[in-house]
Amino acid sequence: MTDSIATRITRAKLRLLDMHHKAHSGHLGGNLSCLDALMVLYHRVMGPEDRFVLSKGHSAGALYVTLWSLDKLSDAQLDTFCRDDTMLPGHPSGRGIPGLLFPTGSLGHGPSLAAGLAMAARHQGSGRQVYCLCSDGEWQEGSCWEALIFASHQRLDNLTILIDQNGLQGFGSTEEVISCRDLAPRLAAFDIDVCSVNGHDPAQVEARLRAPRGDRPRVLVLDTVKGNGLPFAGRLESHYLPLPDADYRAARRALEAASAP
Amino acid sequence: MRNALSSAIMRLAEDESVFFLTGDLGFMALEGVRERMGSRFINTGVAEQNMIGVAAGLAREGLRVFVYSIAPFCYARPFEQIRNDVCMPELPVCLIGNGGGYGYGYMGPTHHALEDCAAMAALGLRVLVPAFDQDIPAMLAGCNAPTYLRLGYALQPEGATIPDYAPWRKILGGERGVVVALGPLAGVAWRAFAAWPASARPSVWAVAELATALAPAEFWAEIDDSALYVIEEHVETGGLGASLALAIMKRGLIVRRLAHRYALGYPTGRYGSQGFHRAQCGLDENGLREMLGRNHS
Repeated sequence: MTDSIATRITRAKLRLLDMHHKAHSGHLGGNLSCLDALMVLYHRVMGPEDRFVLSKGHSAGALYVTLWSLDKLSDAQLDTFCRDDTMLPGHPSGRGIPGLLFPTGSLGHGPSLAAGLAMAARHQGSGRQVYCLCSDGEWQEGSCWEALIFASHQRLDNLTILIDQNGLQGFGSTEEVISCRDLAPRLAAFDIDVCSVNGHDPAQVEARLRAPRGDRPRVLVLDTVKGNGLPFAGRLESHYLPLPDADYRAARRALEAASAP
Repeated sequence: MRNALSSAIMRLAEDESVFFLTGDLGFMALEGVRERMGSRFINTGVAEQNMIGVAAGLAREGLRVFVYSIAPFCYARPFEQIRNDVCMPELPVCLIGNGGGYGYGYMGPTHHALEDCAAMAALGLRVLVPAFDQDIPAMLAGCNAPTYLRLGYALQPEGATIPDYAPWRKILGGERGVVVALGPLAGVAWRAFAAWPASARPSVWAVAELATALAPAEFWAEIDDSALYVIEEHVETGGLGASLALAIMKRGLIVRRLAHRYALGYPTGRYGSQGFHRAQCGLDENGLREMLGRNHS
């Protein structure tokens, strides 16, 4: 019997925790805020020919465990995460991993790359869909808006941009830094298909990704919590800091309890 | 060179995998390209970072992409996109920067490109600087890796036949040293010295691709134990002179004299035509003759 998406997500979260803890690596908060949506996207929405661009490269761990959940990366490979001689650095290199098309980590690159992929699919007469995952702080980069203007003008209806709106960025909240609590109204001015969902509800995310749309690109704003499920959820510490042992154990217990029948 | 570029691109346009992106530039030059290429010609608007990212996305799917803008808008504004999106994945995107050096003259310093070759070479792009219009088709045909093509204004030698394209080629024979000119300055050097007797003038080599590894054996033999004059409309750092000096050292060659004329920026704080700026740097015909005269005295 096939595992439910919820079971797979829990397993991926536990593997993510384990991987980051062993590597003593931070950026766990932003990985946990987007992992639900990534799992839905890869397991329930994307086809084999579709393309994905991880614009928020600091969530590489979430993508790696998603690929692991699809047997595209092995446990042994995940064990090399952020260690010497790895193919899995803290931000994707764009080399050597199936489906990872570009090196990302500097913010604001993904939407343009995805727009180019979408243009290519159209030119080649392919039905490929292109998905791009951004952070919310990333939309302080002007290049994101350049890409949005372009995608809207070109009517790239095969492009979907997901924004992990967890409300926290590197050194403050998005509200504190640029007075932006919600990107959706700003995005809506660009003549695109914009909608918001609870980014931690797999059914909602899947429904919105599958919903019909017109001839415009889609932006799906995922309302999320940074470090969702962790003791420091919703706090800035989740952006950078590795998990201390006690927090790691507490987080595992919390995830296991939440997933218990 | 824009018309030569336009003609060369139109010849490539039959290939359905070729795309041409412009950052809203090309008025009265690229209309023919736009007509020929149809939906594969994209005016991406005044948004150079996006233009490079889109180009990388297209190239990642196996398409050949040319990107066009005024030189500084092409290489400086989207520098990180060139580095991360094009160079790291080694994609076949050719960046075409029009008006290299002081080419945009009166338009002022924001429109000049004086450090472009160094910046692009440092990222690992092939750096192409055509000397003459006829160089461009051969260059475009070989664009299958990250490439920067610096367009300038070609001065064609009058009444003379230029040898077929080669990245480094001798365009004028002479017996008193060797002038090595980057791109269109080769035409300036030709005009400066062609009327001199061969026994009194230097030979002139046109360098159309920055990499010294492409210089033929004949070149190295000719500069050995000779006087060498390097001229480039580019800052001193990281250009032809610097790379050539390093190559000479690595080869253990001896040159009797190395003179280097390069872009000095704006030494008087005044601005003008390309000719005005070249003259200020000693890169005009008179300046080059003076360089030879002084060094031979």
